[in-house]
Amino acid sequence: MTSTVVLSTGLVVMLIGLWGVLAHRNILRIIISLSLIGTGTHILIVAIGYVRNGTAPIIDRALTVAEAPARAVDPVPSALVVTAIVIGLAVTAILLAYAIRLYESKKTLSIDAFRDSKW
Amino acid sequence: MMQRLPSAIAVLLLALIFATIAIGHAEQTVLRPLAESYVRLVPHELGAPNVITGILLTYRAFDTLGEVAVLFMVAAGVGLVLKEPGKAGARSASDSEAAQPASEIVRTAAQILVPLIAIFAAYIIMNGHISAGGGFQGGAVIASAVLLMLLADPSHKLNSVFLSVTESLAGVLFVLVGIAGLIFAGGFLDNRVLPLGQFGAFFSAGAIPLLSVLLGVKVGCELSVILDRFRA
Repeated sequence: MTSTVVLSTGLVVMLIGLWGVLAHRNILRIIISLSLIGTGTHILIVAIGYVRNGTAPIIDRALTVAEAPARAVDPVPSALVVTAIVIGLAVTAILLAYAIRLYESKKTLSIDAFRDSKW
Repeated sequence: MMQRLPSAIAVLLLALIFATIAIGHAEQTVLRPLAESYVRLVPHELGAPNVITGILLTYRAFDTLGEVAVLFMVAAGVGLVLKEPGKAGARSASDSEAAQPASEIVRTAAQILVPLIAIFAAYIIMNGHISAGGGFQGGAVIASAVLLMLLADPSHKLNSVFLSVTESLAGVLFVLVGIAGLIFAGGFLDNRVLPLGQFGAFFSAGAIPLLSVLLGVKVGCELSVILDRFRA
């Protein structure tokens, strides 16, 4: 149940991001929307790894070594999401750098101004 | 309005697919075999209480190395895209804007907060193998301290030579630890080149804290370089 709510949240965030990419004309808003799609994907991946009544896979007083396989959530999606967050940051940085250059060439951030590079 | 109709249809169709995913999703009640073996093996083989750090810095440490390479490439790529042979008018105009001093609140807050953020970053990096934390997270916190410093003093010049030398040094040491694992232990980036120590202690889990520190320093430097490139 918990993970279904989180999973649905992730899917909705992805849809909001997709709508933002398709509907907005401002490059900065498109970049924010792309980050939203990425964030939604991260939420989705973490939700898939949830195990019913599970806890974080960190061994301490609350979770002994013996009971860890029965009570821990899946650590693999969490490890993958750390990778995905870093790559998302990298993509956003490159997108913002291109946005700066595009703004310098046309003095506007609307993608309607950038028609000459089509085909 | 008519322009947005295809977009709306696309989003709606995707929403339908997503709805079937959400409805068909069944929560796991037991771990998958791969996850279960990781949860069993990380405390036993690697001596690290945090299973995720064990995966990131030993079993999948090669991926982590590749990821750091991606960050390095982004720092280089941002520099390449933003580099300008002849400074355009817009750039110099934004320069004079950026040179305005920050308000006293920001400057005072930076003086108080930057050391605290740095200590917090060191804590996150050094506790990656015991509790939640790790090199990437701590490196990002270091970069946030650098960002606050730059906001408080926009004309401050970061020592880019120092940053790139530190970053390269951390990267070389990371690979050297990996090669040491190849020679003295089970394989590339195996953490058992150093003694595992007492389970849950500060100095334990073999090379994982060392790799964590190198990763944190490297990520912190790379993100600071990226921030600096955006400011230039």
